[in-house]
Amino acid sequence: MLGTQTSWQKPAGNNYVTITTAHSTTDETDSNSQSPLLDIRDLKVHFPVTEGFIIQRQVGVIKAVDGVNLSVNPGETLGLVGESGSGKTTIGRAILKLENATEGQILLNGEDITKSTGNRLRDVRRQLGMVFQDPFGSLNPRMSAGNLVGEPLKIHGLTTTKSEYKRRVAELLKIVGLNSMMAGRYPHEFSGGQRQRIGVARALAAKPDVMVLDEPVSALDVSIQAQVINLIKDLQTEFGLAYIFIAHDLSVVRNISDRVAVMYLGKIVEIGSRDDIYNHPKHAYTRALLSAVPTANPDLERSRERIVLEGDIPSPLNPPSGCVFRPRCPKPTEDCRDGKIEMGLIEINPGHFVDKCCVNCG
Amino acid sequence: MTMSTLLDIKNLSTHFNTSAGTIKAVNDVSFKLREGETLGLVGESGCGKSVTALSIMRLVPSPPGRIVSGDVIFQGKNLLEISEEEMQNVRGRDIGMIFQEPMTSLNPVLSIGRQLREPLELHLGMTKQQSLKRSSELLELVGIPDPATRLKTFPHQTSGGQRQRIMIAMALSCEPKLLIADEATTALDVTIQAQILEIIKELTDRLGTSVIIITHNLGVVARYADSVNVMYAGKLRESGSLDQVYKESKHPYTVGLLNSVPTLDLDADVRLQPIRGEIPNLTDLPEGCAFIDRCDYATQKCEESEPELEEVEDAHFGACWEHRRVGKNLQGITT
Repeated sequence: MLGTQTSWQKPAGNNYVTITTAHSTTDETDSNSQSPLLDIRDLKVHFPVTEGFIIQRQVGVIKAVDGVNLSVNPGETLGLVGESGSGKTTIGRAILKLENATEGQILLNGEDITKSTGNRLRDVRRQLGMVFQDPFGSLNPRMSAGNLVGEPLKIHGLTTTKSEYKRRVAELLKIVGLNSMMAGRYPHEFSGGQRQRIGVARALAAKPDVMVLDEPVSALDVSIQAQVINLIKDLQTEFGLAYIFIAHDLSVVRNISDRVAVMYLGKIVEIGSRDDIYNHPKHAYTRALLSAVPTANPDLERSRERIVLEGDIPSPLNPPSGCVFRPRCPKPTEDCRDGKIEMGLIEINPGHFVDKCCVNCG
Repeated sequence: MTMSTLLDIKNLSTHFNTSAGTIKAVNDVSFKLREGETLGLVGESGCGKSVTALSIMRLVPSPPGRIVSGDVIFQGKNLLEISEEEMQNVRGRDIGMIFQEPMTSLNPVLSIGRQLREPLELHLGMTKQQSLKRSSELLELVGIPDPATRLKTFPHQTSGGQRQRIMIAMALSCEPKLLIADEATTALDVTIQAQILEIIKELTDRLGTSVIIITHNLGVVARYADSVNVMYAGKLRESGSLDQVYKESKHPYTVGLLNSVPTLDLDADVRLQPIRGEIPNLTDLPEGCAFIDRCDYATQKCEESEPELEEVEDAHFGACWEHRRVGKNLQGITT
């Protein structure tokens, strides 16, 4: 499929040829090497806080993402969980360069995309798809479903003839479980679940390698959520996509992820395989998060231990000294309070990393 | 637990007239609530759970809404027949309500103290000094640090969780007999949700308040409710104790809901079993059972007539012709 595309991709310039070669080589080497598809290295996304109307001066900085290392392998789903304000959405947006990285690198197939601009950026974005949370706000109400799904095809010049374009749009709609007869309808004529399907088809149109799914089901009704989750899983099997699945619902993340990263105040506090995080959580925050999720099983609910965290997530404008989780930690030690403990992740089991401060708790 | 009935809703129907036709948002709903009981009212958006709550409070926006028929008997008094002035004494004093949006349900131009004092002065006839003291105690009760200064601040200066705590303080300030929490924690993070629900539980247990928890989250209901009502397309489809409804579901919709949510105790690789199709258009409901298009058990009879809610077991009601065939849950409860 990719081979045929190169022939009509010429207008994009010489650049494209190099990408396709780079692309195909990684595809070939994937099977025998461990190089991740997406590699985030020490990513920082800081937002300046300014005061004043005409003469603005910076009065502080919000460290939305503060030194995050993540990698995603082909065909893998990485779950990203945490409370609102933990920086999980900012990471997702930084990957698509919707936010600029302050520091650090985001390597996609070995190429740092944080510096990409212009045509190069467009090519990078072709390899990335994003599904947004709000199925009502993320689709242009004045574009028909067909045009919404077909827009990426036009932007990236992926179809040459009108008939091919139409065929591809119909195919995409069918893939996500919509009738191709619906192509002429507008977003308001669809239900929330159907709109989210359009969003998925749109993200899928340019055949990305990595998809960032930012709370794709949290705005949907319970019975519709399951339909969309199953669809997302099926697409992964069919197209070998890698997912970054951002959600606050830990039960959904457990169902879909291979690995899970838990974020708190712009930092990853624990990362590991699904089994590590859900069955052997180490960090006090992970355990509190898990215990806060109510399950639809009355017997289990009666017998479960509940850890209720005190207070809110602190303001990222003024983060606590020492361990960021200290003010809410159920049993902070003297050392945490003094900030004596060195921060950072430490590997306690192969692939299971926990913040140093919490390794010895509980 | 005391067994006396606090709230008795009989054949309540609330309709909305729209250009597309009449929407029967609440259609012949009857249920009882005992003193001290916590009832979970479950269903998806558009099923009528919020309109049921608004009908109890007589807050249905009219027009287009109208309570067409039924009785809402609260402490022996029919709330649908008393005057608006009497109703104002019920709202806030006998029945407290917490709304979903903590952003929009507080008045942005009044200080938190002013808003907290209002029901105390209005309903309990407190003086300004008394109400100030009481509001500060209330804020402390719901876990807000430094209540005295907090009273002087405005809603935009507080976080979502804090606002919802203030709403709880306000709703419980006059020690009502009934608290209605309409998706009170839906907009919040899980950790904050747990905090808020624990506060509600602790305070209502202490005051002996009955609670109606309106939510689409089956987990919240499993954790906090004594009994459960399941609504779909304006009607009550199943009603019973928590264990009856969750473990021996008598309606395919309940089974479908339970099977479509991933939970932490399930095998993680289990494929979810969604309910197929979409929620029907409320202006154009089928002749027979409203769930028919999404149901695996549907028969000829379901097409012809709508099943009524009937007692299928002791105090367990279901509205399904095929309730005997509706199997045990396929997953989740078996562990």
